[in-house]
Amino acid sequence: MNLIFIAVIVLGVIGLVSALVLFIISNKFAVHEDPRIAQVSEVLPQANCGGCGYPGCSGFAAACVKAADAGSLEGKLCPVGGQPVMEQVAGILGLAAVASAPKIAVVRCNGTCENRPRNAKFEGAQSCRVQQMTGLGETACGYGCLGCGDCVKKCQFDALKMDPVTGLPVVDEEKCTACGACSKACPRGIIEIRLKGPKGRRVVVLCNNKDKGALANKACKASCIGCGKCVKTCEKFEAITLENNLAYIDAEKCKMCRKCEEACPKGAIHAFNFPPRKPKAEESTIQNPQNQNVEPSKAE
Amino acid sequence: MKTFHIGGVHPAENKLSAGSPIREAALPKQAVFSMFQHIGAPAKPVVQKGDVVKVGTLLAEAGGFVSAPVYSSVSGKVNKIDAVLDASGTRRMAVIIDVEGDDWEESIDRSKDLVRLSDRPELDAKTIVEKIKNAGIVGLGGATFPCHVKLTPPPGCKAECVIINAVECEPYLTADHRLMLEHPDEILVGVDLIMKAVGVTKGYVGIENNKPDAIKLMTEKSKDYPNIEIVPLKVKYPQGGEKQLIDAVVGRQVPAPPAIPINVGAVVQNVGTAFAIYEAVMKNKPLIDRIITVTGKSVKNPSNLLARLGTSFQQLIDECGGVPEDTGKIIGGGPMMGKALLSLEVPMTKGSSGLLLMNEKEARRSEPQPCIRCAKCVGACPMGLEPFLLSKVSAMEEWEIAEKNDIVSCIECGSCQFTCPSKRPLLDMIRVGKTTVMGIIRSRASKN
Repeated sequence: MNLIFIAVIVLGVIGLVSALVLFIISNKFAVHEDPRIAQVSEVLPQANCGGCGYPGCSGFAAACVKAADAGSLEGKLCPVGGQPVMEQVAGILGLAAVASAPKIAVVRCNGTCENRPRNAKFEGAQSCRVQQMTGLGETACGYGCLGCGDCVKKCQFDALKMDPVTGLPVVDEEKCTACGACSKACPRGIIEIRLKGPKGRRVVVLCNNKDKGALANKACKASCIGCGKCVKTCEKFEAITLENNLAYIDAEKCKMCRKCEEACPKGAIHAFNFPPRKPKAEESTIQNPQNQNVEPSKAE
Repeated sequence: MKTFHIGGVHPAENKLSAGSPIREAALPKQAVFSMFQHIGAPAKPVVQKGDVVKVGTLLAEAGGFVSAPVYSSVSGKVNKIDAVLDASGTRRMAVIIDVEGDDWEESIDRSKDLVRLSDRPELDAKTIVEKIKNAGIVGLGGATFPCHVKLTPPPGCKAECVIINAVECEPYLTADHRLMLEHPDEILVGVDLIMKAVGVTKGYVGIENNKPDAIKLMTEKSKDYPNIEIVPLKVKYPQGGEKQLIDAVVGRQVPAPPAIPINVGAVVQNVGTAFAIYEAVMKNKPLIDRIITVTGKSVKNPSNLLARLGTSFQQLIDECGGVPEDTGKIIGGGPMMGKALLSLEVPMTKGSSGLLLMNEKEARRSEPQPCIRCAKCVGACPMGLEPFLLSKVSAMEEWEIAEKNDIVSCIECGSCQFTCPSKRPLLDMIRVGKTTVMGIIRSRASKN
């Protein structure tokens, strides 16, 4: 009996002493972390996608706190959470959120099975990166979608799907957070993270082919041949540039008049989320109230 | 019998065209000369549209030290300089010439007389290397590394022996075999020239023992050259790899990159290169043609053709009986390391050693199955790597692990993929990893 008592007391004392030592040490060597980092971290989506440019959500939280100490949250954006999350972050840090326009991933290729004939069959490991090493790949276009779905595998938000009919990835506008993982995964750099536009409306050149017109035309029915017609129709706003036989529409400058879409002889320019066009007579009445004041006037 | 010590596989040899003597291919109607026929900087065109050229006229000069000039193999008029599809599967710059007649530059000696090194005592090492450099000679085994670079040892390195690669370990190919049977004397003079160029007194010619006639003939002819030894080797793929051949012939191991064969005192050249060096130095003939094997189980007439560079593959196949109906895949090079072609309207280049027409059944890859951890790939890897691991970390984009496991040592021989019972596309992924890791290493080096 006595023995048990002694054992209990000895162990109890050792326990107490150890607890005391641990308490003192933990106080002495405590690492002071800004409590705001944990608070900010809590409101972030915890997707750890890296879309913000920082290593994971805690890295972004630390960067936000640091930026807040410097006075502004400018340039900091969680693409997954978007504006609501950034407002919450700004609230915690006692700052006003910097407004940022929502973005979305755009697959700049319209080389569907119909538009772009397959003249070879790729049998290697089903990975775009592997197929890219074979050169042109299955089609005669050295710039278009390879169709193995590296981007789909990289999407954490289930926002990309391969369309079995066209053989191209399709972006789910609701789910896409513009984190940019797909854009980095694409060995041909087809996917662009682009301004979503008012009401999701945007005009995009759905082609990435930088070959000369004749070659591009031969490879795909829907390719940009670098003819420059769109550039001419957009002379007033200078939103379209032509480089390496490929037209590019600057989303910041685009006024969504959709004239380039009509002008493109190959149908390479696409307008997303616009209401269906009205019959010819009323065509110039643009259905976008936000941009009405800057539309080219009918009188011209 | 000698061979290399780690790994290796033995695919079915299928040397269908071994008995077919070399014949000259017809002149093409249009010849296309890629500016990317070698490893290193692309050549720079020196001709313009409309220029009239002869056989042996310089079309493009070397774009740097690790580069090689390109000569015309036909006479005619320059049609255009444009990007065309080549055997690599990409569109790259090339000079296109419309052929008219067959007019040779006068400086080229077209006689068949053998010129030995003893007949030209005035040739010193520097002149030989200079002539090789100016003739645009690259490694003709397939790697197309500019020849003069290997013959100019970097400071601090000294060559001790020259090893000639005559193993032709790729199944189906017989171009080197036929060359040895038909031009043994020229090859031996070429070996002599390489030995003189790097200042060594010992030369070896490694030949696999599935070519007994070539071993016999070369041994007989080499009696006049006491410094050249013919080494018969056991048949094993990839014996033609530089490092494997050095191990097999002289028993030395080249350390991991950035070490190169010269670090262990060896200079390795292909037997076809030795022949081209003979022609360049003794006959003043730049590299304008080479021997290419056109073969396949369904090909009517598997042959070894002496064809002018720039000839389209379509024409070469037509000369051997055309494309058989059951063709599933056409490979530029051998079955192990060659690359499937996207089109037959592709010109042959300095590195084209063969054209293999596989039938539908042979061409199809099997559906990959899960890895069963049998480690056959580890046993087969001639570089002592772990292919299953490298393939996996490449797919997972774990570049640091890939680098630690020596992915850059991979010689892309494909033994792992060949031996895998689950038919996994191991090399496909490893290639991606190797390219990426090499890029990372280069960018790190340029920062420091």
